[in-house]
Amino acid sequence: MDFSFTEEQNKLRQEVRNFLEEEIKKGYWEPACDAWVQSFDTGFTKRVAQRGWIGLTWPKEYGGQGRNHVDRLILTEEMLRYGAPAACHWFGDRQVGGAILSFGSEELKKEFLPRIVKGEAYFGLGMSEPGAGSDLASLQTKAVEDGDYYVINGQKTWASCASFANYFDVYARTDPEVPRHRGISEFIVDAKSPGLSRIPMTDITGTEAWNDIFFDNVRVHKRYLVGEKNRGFYQVLHQLDYERSGMERLMGNYPLFEAIIQFAKENKLSQEPVIRNKLAQLQIEFEVGRLLIYRVALVMEEGRAPNWESAMSKAYSTEFENHLAGVAMEVLGPYGQLMSGSKLVPLRGMASHSYLGSKGYSLQAGTTEILKNILAVRGLRLPSS
Amino acid sequence: MKLTLTEEQEMLKKTARDFLADKCSKTFVKQIEESETGYSRELWQEMAELGWMGLALPEKHGGGDMSFLDLAVLLEEMGRACLPGPFFSTVVLGGLSILDIGSEKQKQEYLPKLIRGEKIFTLALTEPGYHNYDTSSVTVEAAPDDGNYTINGTKLFVPDAHIADYLLCVARTKPKDGITIFLVDAKNPKINYTVLKTIAGDKLCEVVFDQMPIPEANILGRLNQGWSAVQKIIQRAAVGKCCEMVGNIQRVLEMTVDYAKERKQFDRPIGSFQAIQHYCADMATDVDSARFSTYQAAWMLSEGLPCTKEVAIAKAWIGEASQRVFALAHQIHGAIGVTIEHDLHFYTRRAKAAELAFGDADFYREIVAKEMGL
Repeated sequence: MDFSFTEEQNKLRQEVRNFLEEEIKKGYWEPACDAWVQSFDTGFTKRVAQRGWIGLTWPKEYGGQGRNHVDRLILTEEMLRYGAPAACHWFGDRQVGGAILSFGSEELKKEFLPRIVKGEAYFGLGMSEPGAGSDLASLQTKAVEDGDYYVINGQKTWASCASFANYFDVYARTDPEVPRHRGISEFIVDAKSPGLSRIPMTDITGTEAWNDIFFDNVRVHKRYLVGEKNRGFYQVLHQLDYERSGMERLMGNYPLFEAIIQFAKENKLSQEPVIRNKLAQLQIEFEVGRLLIYRVALVMEEGRAPNWESAMSKAYSTEFENHLAGVAMEVLGPYGQLMSGSKLVPLRGMASHSYLGSKGYSLQAGTTEILKNILAVRGLRLPSS
Repeated sequence: MKLTLTEEQEMLKKTARDFLADKCSKTFVKQIEESETGYSRELWQEMAELGWMGLALPEKHGGGDMSFLDLAVLLEEMGRACLPGPFFSTVVLGGLSILDIGSEKQKQEYLPKLIRGEKIFTLALTEPGYHNYDTSSVTVEAAPDDGNYTINGTKLFVPDAHIADYLLCVARTKPKDGITIFLVDAKNPKINYTVLKTIAGDKLCEVVFDQMPIPEANILGRLNQGWSAVQKIIQRAAVGKCCEMVGNIQRVLEMTVDYAKERKQFDRPIGSFQAIQHYCADMATDVDSARFSTYQAAWMLSEGLPCTKEVAIAKAWIGEASQRVFALAHQIHGAIGVTIEHDLHFYTRRAKAAELAFGDADFYREIVAKEMGL
């Protein structure tokens, strides 16, 4: 056991902090909750790319830095600590690039990975459908072969980052005759494809959080099939392990955490035993969650896909985020209900925003219930229900 | 960063697990719980021969020169086996404290005997009406008496005092903040012991000092300046307890998952029901998180790094996490788990005692609050 970071890792953390503090000082952006998935800033993404901080773990031949997963976790931990507007590149960096690297053809790797690394290719996800949420294998969107093309028809929903994405990672049924897990394929679809349209959806915070995406005879060349035909479901499980693996599940609303502690100190609320106790408990939960997530990075470093380990850390961590939002509202009392833009609103409205936003944390990328199923069946080997 | 054990530690773990599986069955544990001494002299000697008492003590005194982190691995296995006896008292409370603050002469005198399994040590710290391991709750007095001292007063919840050869007695030597640790011959006739009947079946004692003289030479560490040493002893003991608890709840998770796979109702294993699966998932999350936070604290302590916050996090977390684990373990085991014939109660009872020992979650949350600058 060794809980220390290498000198190089400490240096990386410091570099990222310096960079982000400089950005804030220059007034480029303000730290915000959920900025990793809701704040789109192509300038920021390009500046991050210039430092080599997208695709950090990927091989150098595709523009990556060949660094390890703990290094990347340090980088993303700092991005989240500062509430940096990283939404343009987050999905490509976190999971789609990795999926292309694991399953894609050489041609796909060469086409997309260097562009993700340069901060030029932004990805959204086309997984969920109106009738296929937790039961993703029941998806109905179809891709039918037509010469060198697949023709995609159907509807995807809950697509984060969709307004800014230039590409979607889309899962569609390519064989309706076989058992449903074995007839799904993965495609990279250009967002400008004729027949593809989007309708934004607003969440309860008032933010455009997702899009519905409609596919009306969208033609995708066969070279944009990722991996093997009909292996898409197995590939998406792998990708979801990565989607759940990161610090964004614990630190999505971290700027609120710092702000509420500061607020309690400044207003002498932290002298009150009940509030002291609640904030200290949050700190304990936060640091415990952080270790569960570093464990996931170490599993990846061993060359294993983190499966039940990331299910565990994600289920645990979103509970922390919910708890944080709840405590922040309690500490603020009646001021907590004020929304951004209101007279007297505390903490720039982060508490009310985060409280409402947190209701989705334990739903996205696998509900807590699905994650516990994974942990029980795959981690503890309990019999399937 | 690395969250796995070294090859050496894996070997130590395996040796300990095999040895304890062989020597420390639940029948044995029950028998020892019911005995007056609360340990088996024979097993104690075998443990000494395996080098366990001296594992984390220097080679020059006959020890194994290994680290606190290595000892953590051993403590985890002892927790897993519900090993009864004065190992924790002797090694974690006694030996490591002497190593920390004893003079060279004291180390040479006491550590080799401890390492050979010849002498049993313990710590007499808490008292009736004590509150939260605070310096002001030490009222047992050591009054100066012609260059020597006379100790008077009552210590409470002293583990294994009735069989100890030496007590590390924390006493007040100055009205305000003057705390001194004395190394006391436990067999002195001026000391009275009453063994208390406890939930864990361990031997916690009331220890009454009645005008007991003690030479100045028996001061361990510095006169009047003992409190910072006591804090370090409490900190290390808290981490040690966490290690035992990790072993305890890891085993309980395994027992519970096994039971959920075997036990059938409605013609299927109860572990195939989602409610039970989610309980098990929650238990596993509590166990893993307790393990990592415990080992983080043990590692920092082992490396000599400042770790007030990390120790507090580990003990606060495992105190409550273990209670959640037991609530679910009992729920899943159903009625068989609350029978005296089933093994689960050995763990349930010890976990409650460990939760209370050396600071509970409220105590450590306050420390975390201070560390946060609240």
